[in-house]
Amino acid sequence: MGVAQPSRTAQAVRGPSWDGRFTVLILFLPPALVLFTLFVVLPIGEAAWYSAFNWNGFGKPTNWIGLDNYRFVLETRAFWLALRNNGLIIAVSLCVQLPLALALALMLAERFRGAVALRMLFFMPYILAEIATGLIFSFVYDGDYGLVASIWRSFGADPPHLLASTDTAMLAVLIVIVWKYFGFHMMLFIAALQSIDKSLVEAARIDGATRAQSLRHVVIPLLYPTIRLSVFFAVVGSLQLFDLVMPLTRGGPADSSNTMVSFLYNNGISRMRVGYGSAIGVILFVICVTFAFTYKRWFMRDE
Amino acid sequence: MSNAETTRAPFDPAVPFKAVFLATVAVFVLVPLLATLLGGFKSLGELRVNPFGLPQHWEWQNYAEILFSGRYWQLLRNSLIISTLTVALTLIVASMAAFTFAHVRFFGSSMLLSYLTLGLLFPAATAVLPLFIKVRDLGLLDTYFGVALPQVAFSLAMSVLLLRRFFKDIPYELLEAALVDGCSYVKFFRYVTLPLSRPILATVGTITFVNSWNAYLLPLVMLNTDALYPWPLGIMVYQGEYSSEWHLILAFITLTILPTITLFLLAQKHIVAGLTSGAIKG
Repeated sequence: MGVAQPSRTAQAVRGPSWDGRFTVLILFLPPALVLFTLFVVLPIGEAAWYSAFNWNGFGKPTNWIGLDNYRFVLETRAFWLALRNNGLIIAVSLCVQLPLALALALMLAERFRGAVALRMLFFMPYILAEIATGLIFSFVYDGDYGLVASIWRSFGADPPHLLASTDTAMLAVLIVIVWKYFGFHMMLFIAALQSIDKSLVEAARIDGATRAQSLRHVVIPLLYPTIRLSVFFAVVGSLQLFDLVMPLTRGGPADSSNTMVSFLYNNGISRMRVGYGSAIGVILFVICVTFAFTYKRWFMRDE
Repeated sequence: MSNAETTRAPFDPAVPFKAVFLATVAVFVLVPLLATLLGGFKSLGELRVNPFGLPQHWEWQNYAEILFSGRYWQLLRNSLIISTLTVALTLIVASMAAFTFAHVRFFGSSMLLSYLTLGLLFPAATAVLPLFIKVRDLGLLDTYFGVALPQVAFSLAMSVLLLRRFFKDIPYELLEAALVDGCSYVKFFRYVTLPLSRPILATVGTITFVNSWNAYLLPLVMLNTDALYPWPLGIMVYQGEYSSEWHLILAFITLTILPTITLFLLAQKHIVAGLTSGAIKG
């Protein structure tokens, strides 16, 4: 590329020259900035704009209705159900998935035969597509052919249709979430455990701490940054969960297993209600950004 | 515990407990996967009475029919095209931007970098309706690029951060010396930075590939033609058509996750490093 080459004399006088830097700036930055602005930043701004219209996406938005779309969203029962479900997902991530991941990490960070194989096995669900995972479990839960049904029948009971009942659908989804994501959090903890200075733990043991004590007072405190990070991912992941819900329940029955994004899809996108859907998007955006900023300010100040 | 062992280490009650615990979790993870694989070899009737065990008659034609249909290969081809486009564009665009942020000092550099990292704060789903309208107005609806370009845009933030941190570790003296010798920034990038950065390029490429390969929402919104569908869309259509013929659906699922699992076994190191360390330091 001859374009970028400044003349030799200028180079000799000024060393690394401004001309060279200028070329890089106008060649290297714009593609990223343009793509990012066009497909990430502008759509968010436009979502705020469109959310003030009653618009089906064709022609120009003209039917200005102010904040009515937000009022409609907030008056929808399904919205609050979706929000509650996102809350449930976060609760299960914190109370079930995180302790499970941590316990497994503590066991598998040690070296023994099979440890690496088990790590890989537990991590594998994480790389499977959500769609495939959802379909696999819609088979597992299937009331006629599924694994759960067959266990039920072996006890002589009538197999339930877990995904078709408003009482059990969300519970079934939650179990799949743990199945799919605990391995990711486990790997985070294993990576953190392996970077812990072993001499700290040894020092505690030499000073007479039992294994439980050294775990509680040395290892776990050293893992706090990773635990905070794991919580962060659990919350962010819950707020964008969609692919997994679609093959399992599509958010049903009766909206009982919607997440925020599947609610957005079912009510905004699939019916092309651009204004209404954009309002949901903006609400979700505000939740995500508020959470990210407050969490970073309160819990991850040092990172 | 035998005597020989107890002399080496005192009996530890935690060991059998651990073993049972690990085995339980392993069963929890494995059973759905194995049942899917084996279910594809059964007939529908057998599946109903024997969903767990090995098939009594191995029905190879469930798999064979899918493998010999054009449909399966078309889905994989579409997925491969979209993912390859996404990975190639992400690597090119992100590494150029990351190089600038790492090595070129200019006014507004840190401001522009924080601007890009805004992308980490919210998921693509929030703005998917306006994104759909934008892609439509650009005439990209129902094209591979209509899916790939937004995917690139949303993977930029993380990719630029990961690449920039790696690029920064390349000694500045190396760049200075090259510049004095008359090498341009662009040539330095092409002939020094990129070859030195293969590990991080592989990591970023793998994360982007896995994300794009598994993506569902963006293709669902941007594509209308069956012939362009990547496999997550195609398998949902397939499931809709064969609604309760589970033996066929299970075979189809197995065949579609096979590439992912193969890639995982081949590139474990990059995938685990990318998905976890990328997350930690992002």
